[in-house]
Amino acid sequence: MSDVAIGAAMPMVHAPVRPAIAYNEAVVRKFVIASVFWAVVAFLVGVVIAAQLAWPQLNLGLSFTNFGRLRPVHTSAAIFAFGGSALFGTSLYVVQRTCRARLFGGEALANFLFWSYQFFIVMAALSYVMGFSQGQEYAEPEWHLDLWLTVVWVLYAVVFIGTLLKREEPHIYVANWFYLAFILTVAILHLGNNVALPVSIYTAKSYNFASGVQNAMIQWWYGHNAVGFFLTAGFLGMMYYFIPKAAGRPVYSYRLSIVHFWSLIFMYMWAGPHHLHWTALPDWTQTLGMAFSVMLWMPSWGGMINGIMTLSGAWDKLRTDPGLRFSVTAVGFYGMSTFEGPVMSIRDVNSLSHYTDWGIGHVHSGALGWVAFITFGAIYYLVPVLWKRERLYSTKLVSWHYWIATLGIVFYITSMWVAGIMQGLMWRAYDQFGFLQYSFAESVNAVHPYYVIRLIGGVFFLSGALIMVYNLIQTVRSPSTARREALPAGLAVAGE
Amino acid sequence: MFRHEIIEKNAILMLVLTLLTVAIGGIVEVVPLFTIETTVEHVKGVRPYSPLEARGRDIYVREGCYTCHSQMVRALRDEVERYGHYSIAAESMYDHPFQWGSKRIGPDLARVGGKYSSDWHYAHLINAQSVVPESLMPHYAFLADTPLEVEDVVARMKAQRAVGVPYSDEDIANAAADLRAQADPAADNTDLLKRYPKAVTVPGNGQQPTEMDALVAYLQVLGTMVDFADPANEKPRQ
Repeated sequence: MSDVAIGAAMPMVHAPVRPAIAYNEAVVRKFVIASVFWAVVAFLVGVVIAAQLAWPQLNLGLSFTNFGRLRPVHTSAAIFAFGGSALFGTSLYVVQRTCRARLFGGEALANFLFWSYQFFIVMAALSYVMGFSQGQEYAEPEWHLDLWLTVVWVLYAVVFIGTLLKREEPHIYVANWFYLAFILTVAILHLGNNVALPVSIYTAKSYNFASGVQNAMIQWWYGHNAVGFFLTAGFLGMMYYFIPKAAGRPVYSYRLSIVHFWSLIFMYMWAGPHHLHWTALPDWTQTLGMAFSVMLWMPSWGGMINGIMTLSGAWDKLRTDPGLRFSVTAVGFYGMSTFEGPVMSIRDVNSLSHYTDWGIGHVHSGALGWVAFITFGAIYYLVPVLWKRERLYSTKLVSWHYWIATLGIVFYITSMWVAGIMQGLMWRAYDQFGFLQYSFAESVNAVHPYYVIRLIGGVFFLSGALIMVYNLIQTVRSPSTARREALPAGLAVAGE
Repeated sequence: MFRHEIIEKNAILMLVLTLLTVAIGGIVEVVPLFTIETTVEHVKGVRPYSPLEARGRDIYVREGCYTCHSQMVRALRDEVERYGHYSIAAESMYDHPFQWGSKRIGPDLARVGGKYSSDWHYAHLINAQSVVPESLMPHYAFLADTPLEVEDVVARMKAQRAVGVPYSDEDIANAAADLRAQADPAADNTDLLKRYPKAVTVPGNGQQPTEMDALVAYLQVLGTMVDFADPANEKPRQ
């Protein structure tokens, strides 16, 4: 495909017909299937634990069904399994196309990458329910799984960077900057946060080398940048390829992509301490974290503007291409949560919002609205291309998915805003005699209706994903258009 | 004039510059926390967890209690009135990993020690709704039926010592005895209290300590080590 013509970072020349390159699409197909599968798992476990918070009897009182062990299953399934598989798949697709080079390392290495990462996910999920956890959010896997992931990640970096190095295009396309930053930084974060000493090499239990305040700072340096690089930079890479592709327009501003790339990756790394406001973390660190978090608003919106404005001249496509509607709405949600985040990082706002469901709402407007939607957009684009089908089985079903999922997000985030702000206000409310007005239990009781609404939102979101699964299966089962394969690369119309 | 093209055409240069760019924030924020002495102001009373408490903490981590409970009383008026003195860094200096948490589906636990009787904790862990009807907490009755693994308590203490918890040789040599003494109200706990002041003996069955015994012992010591009424702690020594 003529990616050359759409890249902002590339000269706008008409590519001459060049010999077709046999891209490795088999591994991309595998990752796409895995991503869709894990999406359903992640949303389903999310629905289960949301139901447990509405009706605690659903915990069943069994060690492996209790909320405390299932919650990491949900977060890991959403971030690492669904999001991770989507990032692996799209990055390996994009890097080949935009470099005009077959994946470095060959078929076997790519396959090993796929299966070893899936193995990590399954083992991590099993370990949580069996009662193995490092007790640090989004870094729950114990030391042996951490080591395994390190190996997988190094191989991922080798495949990705190897492909960059053998590229035939002179420029590295902007999507790859983001994918590269994501791969490198996640490696640093993973190594930095998981330095732990096992009790013995035969046991899974380990103790982190850091403790207390230092451990807290390292954890949220990791945790916030898991958001910043896994869930943001990686998916911005996705945005920079699939939105121009689907819209058939070049990226809005080349200059903006440069400015927002470097400032985003620089500033994100400072923002972690806003998870630790008013705690025993020294004030200087809190203030520094807050300042950078507020500044981070600008590069984030740089990305949003670049993504949305790419549609200028092609807005009509939103009516006819509901897949693109997912991608663009995703960027809208990205803009919204990256405004909400800096607001919540202000210490005085944080004194109210922290520890409440406002945080949960914020995370999900990012995870559902941004991460999941941009992924859905990419998947709806990729499946017909990868399986050589003329088009998706049903555009109408994509529309249904879009509206059900959007409604689900609205239920989810509005209920969590109300619940969170109410909790924050109740915890700090004083009566006329100067005593705390509410017991903690009263605040628990008060949020029950909102937990039910949140659950309904989650069910909607899951239902939308199931519609997607049906649509994709029907697409793959429809007759193939082998004609497309016969076309030399470069002749196909951009934006197809 | 600077041309970004140079970076865009060189994958290795882009890689190196990216690594440098992302390294700065973490270095500036993390490294000084290990070097500036006032980061953790040492106070009287903070001690390593007793063998039973430490095993209870492992169970707290295993069950993901941190997904619903924080252990950090923030320096805010309402929190101090609700939970007690705000948490100070020294109180979690032996916590590998820290369990400050990020969400309060249930209340903060940084100062839960001594707030309720041990019997209340057993009842609450077995069936939280029986004592707090509004509670969303799962039932942890299975902890009372699960014998505590005690064989590796020494290995666990040694691993913690290796990462910085100051267990003495004597602490480690007496680990098994201390553990049993704390889980048996009939046992002589003089030595236990000498090594681990304020350790709360839990009403175990006297034979085999359970996982719940360990967890309750841990909960009962949370936030109690530092005596904030003691004038010596008024101005923390460094």
